[in-house]
Amino acid sequence: MGHVRAVDDLLVHLLNALLYASVLFLIAGGLSLIYGVMRIVNLAHGNLYAVGAYATAWAVGRALGSGQPSLTLYLLLPVGAITAAALGAILEPTLLRPLYKRAEEYQLLITFGLLLILEDLLRLIFGPYPLSASGLYETVGSLSIGDSVYPGYNLVVVVVGGIAAAALWALIYKTKFGVILRATSQDMRMASALGVNVNRVYMQAFTLGCFMAGLGGAIIVPEQGAVLGMGVDALILAFVVVVIGGLGSLEGALLGALMVGIVREFGIAFFPEVELAILYFMAAVVLLIRPAGLLGRPV
Amino acid sequence: MSPSIASRKRALFCAVPIGVVLFFLPLVIAPYQVTLLAYGLIFAIAALGFNLLLGYTGLLSFGHSAYFGMGAYAVAFVVKYLNITSMEVFLLGGTLASATIAALFGFLCVRYTRIFFGILTMALSQVLWSLAFKFYWFTGGSDGLRVPTPSLLGVAIPEGQDKMIFLAHRYYYYVLVIFLVGVAVMWIIVHSPFGKTLQAIRDNETRAEFVGVQVWRYRWIAFVVSGIYTGLAGTLWVPLNGLTTPDILHWTFSGKIVFFTVLGGFQTFVGPIIGGVVYNYLETYAVGYTVYWQMVLGVVLVLLVLILPAGIAGTAGRLVPKLRRAA
Repeated sequence: MGHVRAVDDLLVHLLNALLYASVLFLIAGGLSLIYGVMRIVNLAHGNLYAVGAYATAWAVGRALGSGQPSLTLYLLLPVGAITAAALGAILEPTLLRPLYKRAEEYQLLITFGLLLILEDLLRLIFGPYPLSASGLYETVGSLSIGDSVYPGYNLVVVVVGGIAAAALWALIYKTKFGVILRATSQDMRMASALGVNVNRVYMQAFTLGCFMAGLGGAIIVPEQGAVLGMGVDALILAFVVVVIGGLGSLEGALLGALMVGIVREFGIAFFPEVELAILYFMAAVVLLIRPAGLLGRPV
Repeated sequence: MSPSIASRKRALFCAVPIGVVLFFLPLVIAPYQVTLLAYGLIFAIAALGFNLLLGYTGLLSFGHSAYFGMGAYAVAFVVKYLNITSMEVFLLGGTLASATIAALFGFLCVRYTRIFFGILTMALSQVLWSLAFKFYWFTGGSDGLRVPTPSLLGVAIPEGQDKMIFLAHRYYYYVLVIFLVGVAVMWIIVHSPFGKTLQAIRDNETRAEFVGVQVWRYRWIAFVVSGIYTGLAGTLWVPLNGLTTPDILHWTFSGKIVFFTVLGGFQTFVGPIIGGVVYNYLETYAVGYTVYWQMVLGVVLVLLVLILPAGIAGTAGRLVPKLRRAA
């Protein structure tokens, strides 16, 4: 019996790791996409994830108040992603575009300023208390793995993460838009000379990146709730993911997210004191040995 | 290679009156205002050190919270584990701790430049933050560690004296002296052959290497000096604040140090000093004025980058000759 128990525990841990990895992939993939195309490290990216979480939690809360059936609630999941994308579509042309020709220090700084602003904007709009969307979490019910009860909603998150990864892959490798995106990423000036409207591609890439971050926030909020400061924490984990996988590489973001998800889950379970330190340390070691990341283009 | 006589004269011409004003200010302004000024001077020391890397070596660190925090936590450990409350021991401990960690982190980081340097410094500083946060039995966790009022040059705070008066008077002068010495030493460093070499590396790494400069070594030394300055600031900050928490090790605090420096102007020597003092007032009054103070700071930063990228000192430096010509 003891043996079976151990296998069940392992399964639960692996599912949890996949859950982290799905959300992390969405955040880090967006960050990496934006860097890959625009060469901008967006320090406010975590806040767009938080915006997604807050917007969905707010919408779900409203719908629950008016007694909507639970199926409608699922249609509200994209609200967060769309809000974050809309915000991105506004921010890129107004704040970032004037800075492309300037030193990258300024680009980092303006996104740091944006981080401070967005952090307080969420407080201003939604108040200082956490928002919850647990109504959605409870509708799915749970399944039992061996002796332990596992929330079914976690599987929904993993599935959504998987679908998002597949859709993104198809978008980038199978569509004309993807070709243009990759061309701009490889050589912006050449793409521009060949008639690509670089400004528009930048805006689309930024919006898509924000959409992913917002989706990450939207799908995790029924489980974890939306709290102030969640964006800053998420950003650092997303950094760890892209540094391990390679800045600008989506495959890298996927690999990095899986590695971080697994290390984090087992870290929390077995050595909680150094769980975070191990992650940052992993990132530092990868940077030292392979600065371009495991799957990144060499610098 | 030494500073020209004219520029040396001009520097003294500016520095002496400011030093005199800083010396006499506590006689006229309220104690609370004096402590605010002390905070500002301390931030100025941190920014001065940070700018040796950004302004003079061309490396943007997003992990200077590590050295500020090491300086502060070293003091807290000296108090907690050695039961010593002498400021001189604090300074020794803080400097040694921040120098050690800067030497180690710097050794790893200086092989990279640009964005990779920024992310690596950030990742390493976050290692320290998470350790301070999680090893609560050693570091006090998120509650942090208390630091009592220290004795200065062997003289403890007089029996029954208000702590605020002590901080606003004797401690302020202690900080002021260290600040002035720190500024003078930094002035000498950036105008020395060593400082000129750093600027050469900043402007063209390849050429510097061709003339025989061992680039990584210069960057490393600059990194350590920078870390020591920022650590010194952390050491001076902690008795004033009375408490150290993991917040000062978090990467957003590094962002603040970058903010000071850009606010003042990182292409000038005095910019970071002005930035440190001004930022402190800005944050203090924004915090007192509204709960949304972060938004105020964010808006200032965004406007600064968009409209005044040269910062206060850089913009003033450009405006003054123009105004003179116009007059």
